[in-house]
Amino acid sequence: MSAPLLEVQDVSVTFDVARQGSWPWTPPHALQAVKQASIMLEPGQTLGLVGESGSGKSTLARAIVGTVPISTGQVLWRGEDVVGLSAAHQRARGRHVQMVFQDPLDALNPRMTVGQIVAEPLLTHFPDLSKEDIRAKVGGMMERVGLLPALINRYPHEFSGGQCQRIGIARALITGPELLICDEPVSALDVSVQAQVVNLLQDLQRDMGLALLFIAHDLSVVRHISHRIAVMYLGRIVETAAAPELIANPRHPYTKALIASVPIPSPKAERQRHRPVLEGELPSPMAPPSGCVFRTRCPIARASCAETMPAVAVLENDHFVACPYHSEGETPS
Amino acid sequence: MFATKSIADDLAGAAPIKGRSLWADARQRFFRNRAAVAGLIVLMLVTAFALIGPFIAPWNNEDIDWNVLGNIIEAGRPSLESGHWFGTDPVGRDLFARTVQGTQISLLVGIVGALISVVVGTLYGAIAGYFGGRIDNVMMRIVDVLMSIPYMFVLILLLVVFGRSLLMLFIGIGLISWLDMARIARGQTLTLKGKAYIEAAVATGVRPFTIILRHIIPNLLGVVIVYATLLVPSMIIYESFISFLGLGVQEPLTSWGALINDGASEMNNGTLWMLLVPLFFFVITLFGFFFVGDGLRDALDPKDR
Repeated sequence: MSAPLLEVQDVSVTFDVARQGSWPWTPPHALQAVKQASIMLEPGQTLGLVGESGSGKSTLARAIVGTVPISTGQVLWRGEDVVGLSAAHQRARGRHVQMVFQDPLDALNPRMTVGQIVAEPLLTHFPDLSKEDIRAKVGGMMERVGLLPALINRYPHEFSGGQCQRIGIARALITGPELLICDEPVSALDVSVQAQVVNLLQDLQRDMGLALLFIAHDLSVVRHISHRIAVMYLGRIVETAAAPELIANPRHPYTKALIASVPIPSPKAERQRHRPVLEGELPSPMAPPSGCVFRTRCPIARASCAETMPAVAVLENDHFVACPYHSEGETPS
Repeated sequence: MFATKSIADDLAGAAPIKGRSLWADARQRFFRNRAAVAGLIVLMLVTAFALIGPFIAPWNNEDIDWNVLGNIIEAGRPSLESGHWFGTDPVGRDLFARTVQGTQISLLVGIVGALISVVVGTLYGAIAGYFGGRIDNVMMRIVDVLMSIPYMFVLILLLVVFGRSLLMLFIGIGLISWLDMARIARGQTLTLKGKAYIEAAVATGVRPFTIILRHIIPNLLGVVIVYATLLVPSMIIYESFISFLGLGVQEPLTSWGALINDGASEMNNGTLWMLLVPLFFFVITLFGFFFVGDGLRDALDPKDR
């Protein structure tokens, strides 16, 4: 196979956080939102990205889109590094990488009609298109995502959350991108609407050959849509594997805990299940633990975990895990 | 999945449904507010007075009625027979014509001041807020510096040094009126910047200035309009104060402040109409603007009530 569609290599994102009540010239705190994350995406594939809130999922997505500056590392788009590109080139790349946001209403300008919102990427990347062409394309795309084209002059506040998310998807797909980044596209929606939107995304992916980067904190949704799943914890990707493999055979202790926390829709089975519950809170990303970031909550942590960042081990079936003790049980030695 | 498709085909030929924009909603709410509509009507009447007054006034604003001059208390009082509907001023000029002229100047000063502040202040604030960081710091420190200068002193100095003219007055008022607006626009922009639709536009590759014009300014406009309607009366008050000090517009031009000043100096001579007529127009216009401003605020952000 040729170069993958998207390859993220050792990307780190650091934010400066001003100290409270300090002088303007004192150096700010550094918040390490993403540290040395690597993911890979083939055309037409779906990569699910899961992790609890604050684990850096959205930041990684924004780093790929280019709205958040990358501190170190490389983002390869079809084998070409895009981190150092000029602003104009970055803007031109917006045609191929589009994004769908978590809060559907927040992602739509309340002063613009649906037609104007959906047409905006077209106007940006194809300024020569005639009004009729734009109208036809917008109407076609609205129909494609299950909205009536007659609603083209309506405003976002006249739509429901699920419809707004469809508008967001239509806007993202109108330029025919190759990669769609979905930042928790369904967490703000009702469960029934969630299923509709996820199925819509799957249909569109099949028809348009889209690659999806699907971010969620709900493992059951991710499992449904993804080919591969990456698990993030405190800015690091701790485990990556094909979706069925990761669910059936989790290796990292954090992934195990995450999968165990997914409720089973059967009270009897739920009660009988053994559940390793994680203790403690997510540590502050401003002062992450030394060595392995998960060691403060890990059931199999040992003294050596505090020393070095665990190397990523490659197992069979393209299974990557960032824990040297992944093959051992839950009993600490 | 696409159950709507057949309906969509049916509707394809039909005209698209017209949506109700937030502006349309706001307009409806505004016209349901009685005080605001009353204020708007008063303002329209005052504007009509300024515009068509010159054509219906029986006297010219520059001509002195020599018949009245020696006996202003008796002959110069408001009456329909003499044609001096609002009476005359201390030198025998028709007060109706003078008030029309003063209304024109005062409204012009207020509206020009507010326009400068809307255009300059909004753009300045939106640019500072959107780009943030060092640009924001430098731009807002400039505003701070300009704000710390006692503007009344500068305005008076300008008028004294460069001579009293309408242009100087506009320049002086234009220099200071946009500062508050820039701060307000910047603050609003900072909250808008966090919205996902701005990020969507950035991710799509829309140019920064297009984002400011297409996404930020339209969403700022509600606050800006409200502030501008409240700014017009304060501009009128500034101008009146300057004119009251005797530094505003120069004779034969006049304004409400100058007329009130003239009237006030004659207060003890039993010619009270010279004070009350311009004062009446001044007060109803200010009330009109305040009511309209309040109404617009309630109409534009219904959540803040």
